Amino acid sequence: MDILSIVTQLGSGMLVSIEIFVCTLVFSLPLGLVISFARMSKIKPLQWLAKVYISVMRGTPLMLQLMVVYFGPYYLFGVRISTAYRMIAVMIGFAINYAAYFAEIYRGGIESMPVGQYEAAKLLGYSRVQTFFHIIFPQVVKRILPSVTNEVITLVKDTSLAFVLAVAEMFTIAKQMAASQTTMVPFVAAAVFYYVFNLIVAVGMEKLESKLNYYR
Amino acid sequence: MSLLEVKNLKKSFDGLEVLKDISLTVEQGEVLAIIGPSGSGKSTLLRCCTNLETAEAGEIHYDGEFGLVFQNFNLFPHFSVLKNITDAPLRVQKRKKDEVFTEARELLRKMGLSDKADAYPYQLSGGQQQRVSIARALAMNPQVLFFDEPTSALDPELTGEILKVIKDLAAEHMTMVIVTHEMNFAKNVADHIIFMDKGVIAEQGTPEQVFGSENERMREFLGRLSN
Repeated sequence: MDILSIVTQLGSGMLVSIEIFVCTLVFSLPLGLVISFARMSKIKPLQWLAKVYISVMRGTPLMLQLMVVYFGPYYLFGVRISTAYRMIAVMIGFAINYAAYFAEIYRGGIESMPVGQYEAAKLLGYSRVQTFFHIIFPQVVKRILPSVTNEVITLVKDTSLAFVLAVAEMFTIAKQMAASQTTMVPFVAAAVFYYVFNLIVAVGMEKLESKLNYYR
Repeated sequence: MSLLEVKNLKKSFDGLEVLKDISLTVEQGEVLAIIGPSGSGKSTLLRCCTNLETAEAGEIHYDGEFGLVFQNFNLFPHFSVLKNITDAPLRVQKRKKDEVFTEARELLRKMGLSDKADAYPYQLSGGQQQRVSIARALAMNPQVLFFDEPTSALDPELTGEILKVIKDLAAEHMTMVIVTHEMNFAKNVADHIIFMDKGVIAEQGTPEQVFGSENERMREFLGRLSN
């Protein structure tokens, strides 16, 4: 098997990895914000629910969560699982797991905001929604960006966990190729792919950070 | 009618009575200075008057809108100076854009900050930031402007520029309520002074009356300051 065919096959797996990566961010970033609101809510049961959710999501392996999401409908409700559900299960699993981490990052950022910002906004007549999305949240984003970058980089590598549901992302393909050809080359190539992916992510996040450096 | 009328205001924190039955009125064009030792309740009184704290008992009546200038400015760091001043009039009061910007530029000129319109708060000195925050409050066209120790976070050499701005506003008959530690300033600018001690108004009147008062606690307070 020549390098070119390894790279082409890994490339097609890479597209699936990117798909998982993008979908996870698209769903977990807003979901995390909603969960952080629940976590900071004055309504005790809601706060408690969010606490348990975050605790379970962070306290159990993502790989196990993916299997629960995929096999759960069959074992719990006897629903027949189609192969098309695999990718959906991966997206759901990743989104709900990462949302828990993002929720705590948001909470840290929101709680670090000085109360004076809220008071100034109140005196100027901003509504609560305006205060949050116009005054508070933009500043929170700047504060939490380094922690978010950490999570995003971890996510790139975590996409490889989708192999447990036999989704044809890059790592699954590398494993298959390595097994059938008895060679390490696909793994080395996959490592290079992940590394470059993360390099691009890191550079992109750094750009974003410096873009927000117009104020302190 | 008075612009601000406070009747029998009471407030406690965890069982500790911070304000005990405070009543006061502020007339159109009047400058009221509130002085007193730390923990006397003067800042709490101001925070109750501006709805940042909820009083337990008593009434507060306003005739019109009010603004507040904070001790530590509380400018929005992610907005430029001009946006800090114009955003609330545009977004909250929904006023016309050209009108708001013209007014904001005029306010900046008055504050001596015309060249800082596009700067961000972190690029300004404390005195400049406080002038921006005064401009931000004034842009809402309040009937009463409250100041919560507006010079306490500033170096002594920057205090003067803020006091001058407040003096100029007094000359324009802006109605103001100022909590301050600057006794000479209170003496020179205020029409009426309230001396608070342990949650009550221990003495009040014109600057001459208050600073010439035989009230024991007032004398003690002034004595401590001059040492």
